[in-house]
Amino acid sequence: MTAPRTLYDKIWDDHVVHEAEDGTCLLYIDRHLVHEVTSPQAFEGLRMAGRKVRAPDKTIAVPDHNVPTTQGRENPDQMPEESRIQVAALDRNARDFGIHYYPVTDIRQGIVHIVGPEQGWTLPGMTVVCGDSHTATHGAFGALAHGIGTSEVEHVLATQTLIQKKSKNMKVEITGSLRPGVTAKDITLSVIGATGAAGGTGYVIEYCGQAIRELSMEGRMTVCNMAIEGGARAGLIAPDEKTFEYVKGRPHAPKGAKWEAALAYWKTLYTDEGAHFDKVVTIRGEDIAPVVTWGTSPEDVLPITGTVPDPESFTGGKVEAARRSLDYMGLKPGMKLTDIAIDTVFIGSCTNGRIEDLRAAAEILKGRKIKVKRAMVVPGSGLVRAQAEEEGLAQIFIDAGFEWRLAGCSMCLAMNPDQLQPGERCAATSNRNFEGRQGRGGRTHLMSPAMAAAAAITGHLTDVRELMGETV
Amino acid sequence: MEKFTTLTGVAAPMPLVNIDTDMIIPKQFLKTIQRSGLGRNLFDEMRYTPDGQEIPDFVLNQPAYRSAQILVAGDNFGCGSSREHAPWALLDFGIRCVISTSFADIFYNNCFKNGILPVVLPQDAVDYLMDDARKGANARITVDLESQTVTASDGRTFAFEVDPFKKHCLLNGLDDIGLTLEKAAAIDAFEAKAATLRPWA
Repeated sequence: MTAPRTLYDKIWDDHVVHEAEDGTCLLYIDRHLVHEVTSPQAFEGLRMAGRKVRAPDKTIAVPDHNVPTTQGRENPDQMPEESRIQVAALDRNARDFGIHYYPVTDIRQGIVHIVGPEQGWTLPGMTVVCGDSHTATHGAFGALAHGIGTSEVEHVLATQTLIQKKSKNMKVEITGSLRPGVTAKDITLSVIGATGAAGGTGYVIEYCGQAIRELSMEGRMTVCNMAIEGGARAGLIAPDEKTFEYVKGRPHAPKGAKWEAALAYWKTLYTDEGAHFDKVVTIRGEDIAPVVTWGTSPEDVLPITGTVPDPESFTGGKVEAARRSLDYMGLKPGMKLTDIAIDTVFIGSCTNGRIEDLRAAAEILKGRKIKVKRAMVVPGSGLVRAQAEEEGLAQIFIDAGFEWRLAGCSMCLAMNPDQLQPGERCAATSNRNFEGRQGRGGRTHLMSPAMAAAAAITGHLTDVRELMGETV
Repeated sequence: MEKFTTLTGVAAPMPLVNIDTDMIIPKQFLKTIQRSGLGRNLFDEMRYTPDGQEIPDFVLNQPAYRSAQILVAGDNFGCGSSREHAPWALLDFGIRCVISTSFADIFYNNCFKNGILPVVLPQDAVDYLMDDARKGANARITVDLESQTVTASDGRTFAFEVDPFKKHCLLNGLDDIGLTLEKAAAIDAFEAKAATLRPWA
């Protein structure tokens, strides 16, 4: 009888091609997602060495980081020269190497981490990589998914494998149920707040517990998406009936006898009783409040009912970092978070650009008007956009005063025309509040779609529960 | 890839914690389709004003550190995105070694693919080297990968750990893809087996 194994152990074991004496493994990669920013040098490397893509059928490309999110973008003149060259390079590489491709003119185009699951490329038990740190998103399906650099992109293109050392196992359990107004985003930010931005370094996290089981697949993707912001290589959630239901019938999901065989295998993907975790973090679901970030690291998380902290209350290098953050963010210690005025609201990104996120925001916005200078909602894919239009969500956003955009990474990283101006303060549903992330000098507060919608309506950071008629 | 064996040079102190990849190389410079030429924009927003003037206080703009080859940095260096442009920019500037108490996982791996050695040391050792680095151009630090040691300007030595395979590749400047392709038969065998066990994948 084998020793009890974690979910991570099981997926790892099933993908080891070769193990060296020192434990260095060659790990097989089932799905390789590619976008335009981190791949051109990798394809160029293949050309220079006269190599091919080993498994073009397992390689899926989509442009998302550079693309404008405004109408008429199929005209390349809408992009600055450098962006146009990068997207054109992906067009050409996809064609030359024969990989799956969703160009901007395809309704299935969108953010790579939204397109993968939506098209059924991402399946439980797989290994999934992409030259993008938010690849952790796919862990929501019980797939081992993580970001890689461009040299590793080239390595996977050429060999369909990665050279890896196994990470340690970490369990993050969220017990009980979430209170009203609290969402997956609040879970994932609260975990980073508790463990720190480097708390997961060296680990793969498995999220479990009742509150995780109660999340939809969209919510689970939000949780896993930010595993990287806590330093973890990947985040995982064991697949269950919700997972199978989500996957079933998707264009690239197995069908017929293959579906039955897959399902039988997927049902073995859970952590065995008694399996060893190197680190365990437990948070009560009832204790999680709607949260926002106040600083320039995703670990700078506080409940919306809190106040801006005093840098002197920290220790070590964090004192200077917090001072720098407050200076950059234009905040003073002791200010109530709800007194922070917001200029701009951004709803979208691979963290919160799925249909459920748009529903949650629309629920708050329905029949109300924005008080911020500008607000935009950027669906994560063309299909999410179409569904939101069909459900009447688009009209709610438009009536409230939001711009209704086309799919892409947009203002999450501002490599495209969607950027903040210096000093502009944004309530964002994205994943990073780093200095300059959304535009040089831009000030980002991270939060859930419902909280971002609440800020849009009041013009300042707001406890969404007040707009839901909930007592705080 | 260029080999890394030993390096003696000036180390620039950057005590800030959580120095992220957006700080190392802001997104507007990710639009290149080449690996070279990013050194000018390393730490761009910390290093230059919006109109392109050097900010004199920034460490790499100070005369003593303009040709630094080593960075001594605060905890969790390289957190954030997977952009390999971060190590490309460091390398293009001339940085071959970064010393910190911890590194973000993807950045750490990316360094080894580009001939850069990231060295993890305990807090007190990093503090000691940070103070040494603050002495400027007179304090030259030596990093020796073979013996896995960092030697401060006063001769005090700190030993560090590094994965043996990564060390071997870096010492010899080896191309991973070439090494992996030597195992092509094992990959073929794995694919044949997986086609039976997991035909949907």
